[in-house]
Parts: sequence; C-alpha cells; structure tokens
Amino acid sequence: MVRFFNEHKALLAVMAKAFLFILLSLVIVGAYYYAPLAKGLKEYTRVLYFHVPAAWVTVLAFLISAWYSLQYLRKRDLILDAYAAAANQLGILYCLVTTVTGAMWAKASWGAYWNWDPRQTSIFILLLIYAAYFSLRSAVENDQDRARLSAVYSLLAFATVPFFIFIIPRIYESLHPDPLINEQAKIKMNIKMLQVFLSSLTGFTLLFLWMLNLKKRLIKLSAHFEEIEEEYE
Amino acid sequence: MFHEVWILFKKDLLQEFRSKAAINAIFLFSIVTLTAVSYSIGSHAISDFILAALLWIVIVFSALSAFSHIFLKEEEAQTADTLKLIAQPTPIFLSKWLFNTLLLTLLLMVIVPLFVGVFNFQVKNMPLLLLSIFLGDIGLASGGTIVAALIAKASRRGALFSVLSFPILLPVMVVGISAAQIAFTQEGSPLFPSEITALFAYDVVLFTTSLMLFDFIWND
Amino acid sequence: MKLQVNNLYKRYNRRYILKDISFTAARGQSIALTGPNGSGKTTLIKVLSQIVRPDKGEVHFSIGDTVIPREELNRHIGLVGPYLQLYQELTAYENLIFIAGLRRVDNAGDRIKKLAAEVGLEKHMHRAVHTYSSGMKQRLKYMFALMGDPDYLFVDEPTSNLDKAGIAWVYRLLARWKKEKVLVFATNDEPDLEFADKVVSVVS
Repeated sequence: MVRFFNEHKALLAVMAKAFLFILLSLVIVGAYYYAPLAKGLKEYTRVLYFHVPAAWVTVLAFLISAWYSLQYLRKRDLILDAYAAAANQLGILYCLVTTVTGAMWAKASWGAYWNWDPRQTSIFILLLIYAAYFSLRSAVENDQDRARLSAVYSLLAFATVPFFIFIIPRIYESLHPDPLINEQAKIKMNIKMLQVFLSSLTGFTLLFLWMLNLKKRLIKLSAHFEEIEEEYE
Repeated sequence: MFHEVWILFKKDLLQEFRSKAAINAIFLFSIVTLTAVSYSIGSHAISDFILAALLWIVIVFSALSAFSHIFLKEEEAQTADTLKLIAQPTPIFLSKWLFNTLLLTLLLMVIVPLFVGVFNFQVKNMPLLLLSIFLGDIGLASGGTIVAALIAKASRRGALFSVLSFPILLPVMVVGISAAQIAFTQEGSPLFPSEITALFAYDVVLFTTSLMLFDFIWND
Repeated sequence: MKLQVNNLYKRYNRRYILKDISFTAARGQSIALTGPNGSGKTTLIKVLSQIVRPDKGEVHFSIGDTVIPREELNRHIGLVGPYLQLYQELTAYENLIFIAGLRRVDNAGDRIKKLAAEVGLEKHMHRAVHTYSSGMKQRLKYMFALMGDPDYLFVDEPTSNLDKAGIAWVYRLLARWKKEKVLVFATNDEPDLEFADKVVSVVS
C-alpha cells in the first residue's frame, strides 16, 4: 500500500487536484440547479452553500494557527511560527469571503448590509483579530521575538473567541438562521440540500488544506535554502 | 508570592504618585473624552440606550489610554532587565494587573458620576450599574495588562496597543453596554441578569489566560 | 561555587551574536570577557544572568555538587551593567529596600547603612536617583547588586563612569570578590584585566 502510494505519488496528486476541481464545480452547479429551495425560503438562501463552509474554514484556520502557535512556544522552532502565520493568511481570506457573502445575504434578507447582528459582530471581531495579528508581526524586528509575541497573541485571541461564538448570541437574540447548530440540534435540510452542503463543506476544507500545504512546502523550501546559504557563508 | 506582589505593587504606586506626569495625563485624557462626547451631544435629548453606549465609549477610551503605561515605562527607563533580574514573572504580572485595576477604578470613580451629572439622568438600577462596571473594570484591566506587556516588547509600537487590545476588550464593552441599558431603563430589574454572568465568565477566562501567557512574553 | 557554560548560541534574526561559547568559572578563578564592540559581550553577560535565554547551550550554577534550580537562581546572581537602570523617581534607599524585599534580605536597613558607608554614599541615600551624578549611579548599582549578597557576580564595564577614586575602589572590590565569589566581567580596559585569572575573548 505504502509502496503503491510512493510509486504513483505524482499521478495521485494530479488525480486529487482533478477531483477537487470537479467537486467544487459540481458544488457551484449543484447549489443553483440541483438543491431545491426549502419551503418559504427565497433564492438568495443559496448563499448558504458558500457562506457557511467559508465560515467553517475561517474558524478551522484560526484553530490550526493557534495549534502551531502553541507548538512554537513549546519547541521554539521558527518554522512552526511560519506555519501559524500561513494558516492565518489563508484564514483572513476566508474570513473576508464569509463577511462579504454574509453582508450580501443580510442586504437581501434584512434589508441592510450591516446591522451588528451577534453573528456579524463575531465574524467582524475575527477579522479584527487577524488584522491585529499581522500588524503585531510587522511591528517586531527580531524574528524570535516576533514569533513569540504573535504566538502569545494568537493564543490570547483563541481563548476569547468561543465567548463570541457561544455566549454573546445567547444574550442577544440573533436573527441569523442556524441550519446546523440550533437548539433542537436538528438538521433542517432535506437530503438533496444536505448533499450539496456537505460536498461544499468538504470541497472548501480540502481547498484550504491544499493551499496550506502548498504554503508549508514553500516555507520548508525557503528554510532549506537559507540553511544552504548559511553554510556557504 | 503575595509578599513579592505587594512589594512590586508598592514600588509602582510610589513611582507613579511621585512623578504624577503619567497619572495626570491619563486622568485628563478621560476628562477630554467625556467632554468631547458631552459637547457633541449638546443639550439634545437622547435615549437611555444611546447614553449606555456613550458611557462605555468613554470608559473604554479611558482604559485604552491608561493601561499601556505600566509596562512601557519599564522598557523606556531600561528597568525591565532590572526587574527581570530580581523578580519572578507571575508576581510581576499580578502587581501590574493590580495597579491597572486600581488605576481604572479611580478613573471610573471620577468619570461615572461626572457622566451621570453632565447628561443629567436617573439611573434606575444603581447596584446593577455598579456591579457591571466593576466586573467590566476587571476584564478591561486583565486584557489591557497582558496586551500592554506584549506591545512593550515590540520594536515599533505606534497605535499598536489600541489595535491589539480592542478585539480582546470588545466583548466587555458589548456586554457592558447591554447591562447599562438595563440599569438605565428598568427599575427593579434583577441584579444578576445573564450579562453579569457573561462578564464574570469573560473576566475569569481573560485573567487566567493572561496569567498563563505572561511568562512567554516576559522571558524570551 | 562553580559556573559552567557549555556551547552557548544566540541569534538575532539570522546573525549569530554568540557562537559556541564555553568556559568554566569558579570561586577564586575569575573570568574576563573581552572583544570589540558589538561582539556579544553584553549578550553573554545577559545570558549568564538569566535575562536572555540562549538558543542552544546551557549555563550551570552549582554549589559543591548540587546544581542550583532555575527558580532559585535569581537570588544568587548580582549584576552591574550600563543597561541595568534603577528607578529614577525613587530615592536610593527606596530602590535598595525594593530589592531587599524581593530577595528577602534580613535587617535590610543595617545592610544598606554598611554598604553605603563602603561606597561612600551614606549622605545621599535619601535623594532621588535622577539627581545622582553618573559616577554616583555606578556606585549605587554596585550596592544594588550586593544587597542580596549574591554568590555570582557579573559586571559589564566595571569602571565606566567612575573617577580615579571610584576606579581604585572598584579594583579593591574586584580583588576581594574574585576570592569570595564567582566573578565574570566584560571589559576592554587593559588595567581591568589584571583581576582576571582567565581571559575569554568573545568573537562573533
């Protein structure tokens, strides 16, 4: 099995990328033509197939970055810090997608792009935290200090984010629909909707992991070159 | 442990109240904020809901101007290494946190009565207002102190303190506003609405995380 | 009492400030660190006094056969250096009481009196440090370092800012310390080197 995998690495990689491409194309088509509209819902609710997966990846990126930050503080290997930053760079991208698609939906549904619904507040805070993280990074000169301080900030923010996701929406009534996390823990989608939704979730996650992996390989490569350069000196 | 915290805290008190420059500036800044808010409203009648938001804007801006000083002064006077040499990180954090809490409490004791006076309104549930402000005070001081420690180690600081602490402190502000709205409008409302629980929970989370992470900031 | 330094490395960005530094110091065997400006003497002194953490390598402090645990270390270490400032707004006495409290020195008042007489500052104890001349500040720093009666003394530029009398006084002190304590100092002044039993040159 392992041998098979090693021998056909290149081919498998191409196939995986092709699969991801097809999956995401199918999601786009499926979201508009395959998934039916639930009773009483308007066309614009189709944004959920892109908005919710993007939101999920935002949180996932944040989680992964916090994990690498923690690992950096324990092992003090600068490459871990570079990984944490890479995850955050991608996270900020998905966070923007989530914010924009959310605002579009809010305009269609609630009549205004922005009205500080608790959900909007939490995604906005996440955006602020990401931005603050990068402004901290650019403000520290020494690479070890930069890695240490941004790791601490990442973990500090990480400790506060659950508060936004779980506690604030309980205090303030949110108008945000909860197709997945609701009080009855019931899934309010029919089977066809669920098919598209879950495929989209998988596709977004895979796309993110693939991009993160590319970034990690780039980081490893440049670290390797730096080492060679140092030896040369 | 408490012995060390006390000695460190006493040192900061002595230092700050001897050269009052920093403290004076911090107090004046909150008065200026209050004036700006009050002047821009003028004598228009505004709802209690907006008043609650304005009060917290003044509180948060005062806090943002107050907190970074405690660690910055050690870096600027090059006493940070001295402190590192003679004290352990945990007592240092606790003493700085204690100082910031005290500083903000004193600020609030000036600002809040002035605010109520300037805008000339009745607080319907005073105990709730005081409790929520007190819990908010602790939360702001916890988040503010750890971020102050963080930016003191950065090489280019600029407006970094506000940028980094705002997302961390915003939950306190959001919940604080909600509690103040209840306190301003509802007579005989319960003393422990869910806002108070949320503030308390956030204080605990923020304080514990800060205490645990401070070691990593202080020792490189 | 012994101080053992094994293969220390410290980087700032991609530049090595300390590269593979090793030496041993013991009571009665003092070490002088020399090297051009920017060679890492100061960083090395900071690493020794636990202010800066090395990237690689270890510093062991031991009394007899027992290694002093890290949490207890800072009460065994005294440091004098140009970057180690005292609190300017406070009086000399308050500064000294502050360190005495943190290091739990018994009879701090008596000790301050004794040390002040030794360095010649007994008349100036209740003045704020910012009113001191730079020579007086240097003397005060020595007092500050000696408050807790440390076993290990690290001195960066021992004679900087001092007049002739001050230098003579520091030399008497160094001569005594090298017998009683583990002494490591960084200097570029030829005459200082007389007090070193071993010279380690730091080159990066």
